[in-house]
Amino acid sequence: MEVNIEARRILAVSISKLYASRTQRGGLRLHRSLLLSLVMRSARDIYHSSRESEVLSGAQSAPEEPMDTSSSPGEQTRLPEPQPEPQPVLNSTETAPEEPDNTEDGCDSEIIEDKENLSPAKQSRKRRGKASAAPDFLPSKRARLEPGEERYEVPLGSCRAGESLTTLSLNRVIPRRTDTSPAPPTLPGHEVCPGHLSLFPGERGPETEMHGQEPLQCCLTKLV
Amino acid sequence: MPADIISTVEFNHTGELLATGDKGGRVVIFQQEIENKNQPQFRSEYNVYSTFQSHEPEFDYLKSLEIEEKINKIRWLPQKNAAQFLLSTNDKTIKLWKISERDKRPEGYNLKEEDGRYKDPNTITSLRVPVLKPMDLMVEASPRRVFANAHTYHINSVSVNSDNETYLSADDLRINLWHLEITDRSFNIVDIKPANMEELTEVITAAEFHPHQCNTFVYSSSKGTIRLCDMRVSALCDKHSKLFEEPEDPSNRSFFSEIISSISDVKFSHNGRYMMTRDYLSVKIWDLNMETRPVETYQVHEYLRSKLCSLYENDCIFDKFECCWNGNDSVVMTGSYNNFFRMFDRGHRRDVTLEASRENSKPMQVLKPRKVCTGGKRKKDEISVDSLDFNKKILHTAWHPQDNIIAVATTNNLYIFQDKVN
Repeated sequence: MEVNIEARRILAVSISKLYASRTQRGGLRLHRSLLLSLVMRSARDIYHSSRESEVLSGAQSAPEEPMDTSSSPGEQTRLPEPQPEPQPVLNSTETAPEEPDNTEDGCDSEIIEDKENLSPAKQSRKRRGKASAAPDFLPSKRARLEPGEERYEVPLGSCRAGESLTTLSLNRVIPRRTDTSPAPPTLPGHEVCPGHLSLFPGERGPETEMHGQEPLQCCLTKLV
Repeated sequence: MPADIISTVEFNHTGELLATGDKGGRVVIFQQEIENKNQPQFRSEYNVYSTFQSHEPEFDYLKSLEIEEKINKIRWLPQKNAAQFLLSTNDKTIKLWKISERDKRPEGYNLKEEDGRYKDPNTITSLRVPVLKPMDLMVEASPRRVFANAHTYHINSVSVNSDNETYLSADDLRINLWHLEITDRSFNIVDIKPANMEELTEVITAAEFHPHQCNTFVYSSSKGTIRLCDMRVSALCDKHSKLFEEPEDPSNRSFFSEIISSISDVKFSHNGRYMMTRDYLSVKIWDLNMETRPVETYQVHEYLRSKLCSLYENDCIFDKFECCWNGNDSVVMTGSYNNFFRMFDRGHRRDVTLEASRENSKPMQVLKPRKVCTGGKRKKDEISVDSLDFNKKILHTAWHPQDNIIAVATTNNLYIFQDKVN
């Protein structure tokens, strides 16, 4: 899927920019980091939604107009549909605009574990011994359950793609089909991000979001 | 030389002086020499008047961060006496510089030799009073005030109030109000830092005082909004008096919509009735009495809209272009790529693209309008979008407050253009 590939590429570029900006003279630039994280969130949303539609198009042949990639290659930057409400998603993913030392905390653990996939960023001199996969500053959150849902047992410390996108290297974000990572955990009162995207064109609102969550559950059952 | 990269350009209030700041922390001031002013055809030249090192690189030991010496903004104070004053700022510290001329020096000291050594008192037999004698003009710059330690984030703007006593400085999340005489205290007037930084959604990108109303200022955000604040309402101006925002065109939605809607510059018109904002692709003119949408929108380089992904990869999408008004607010100007800059004549609804380059900038040569070919067959003299040089960008431009003289900064060079006089 073209959009999928484009989203992955933009994610990869964004992450390398984020790492590079840590070594810039003058320190982390808040404005730039914020813009990078906004792009990464868009790319990640598109990536997840296009992954879902891949799975769904296998399961059902409902036309998924929003996911249509009939746009020309030059238009790859276009989102297939209007951006979902950014606020709830942003809360669970924003770490780039945090104070510089927080971002360094998160990134350090990634540098240790994923050296070959990094752009040649300067190795941080700080906190080499930080071993925990889940950085301390990330809250431990559980997904809000809709009535009738069951909670899946998820291994702690595994890939939290929904949060802190900036602390994950691409190697973790992309092959979700191979690892056993759970649904992105959410903050209370916020939607799970892939489920937030409407898979039924033209409909928005709470009914749609619940609809959107059902296929997501099915999707996860297959992965887990 | 990377240190020579010009980072700010500003005329003073009479237009006689033009200041530039660069990445190396230096300020260079040019002075207008008017040749043969009495002749009908006179040309004014700007020559170097003063050069000084305004800021040096510093190191914040607490955060292990280097503080760049790059001059982000220069703003002149209106002239009150023989000396000139300007504010220059880097990411963290604002300095007030006094630029004064010395064209006389005292000679004939009673107790000292000409070179400063004291004479043997036994040789002094008479009283002599020193006399001021003319000397070659010397321009001295001295730092009169240093306003430090008030900004956690990177300073993007300074603006002198029309009261000539106070000024504001803005960083990503806060705006502080200073008195020009007082360096150990500033008042925070805007603070948009959320309690939880994970909830951050926008930052302050520029701020400016109203040219006449000393209680009014505006600040722009990375989300494309402008807030007008009245300092009489409350001490902390977190609640805006007006919010200027144009609804987004949903057909233009893309990955990069948020980046390109971020406002990089905001400037009041000289008459104080309008303000202009610059985002990545356009310039917008707002009537201060209408918050719902701009009254005029000018496309600077709309042909880049389909190239946003490449511009993101090569970082150009983060470029912060400035914009400026001419003296009577009839024309606005802003820069673009390939050393192009654009002027929009508001009254006559026409625009022009010009290029600042050595090849077409022989003295007295009239600039030829340029055109970018956006598709289809390229005409002679047109440039196709793909041949544009994105390393040659004009981010900083300035317009003389009264005359049609403009200063345009390419990466390393400053170009000064003026009206062709018949």
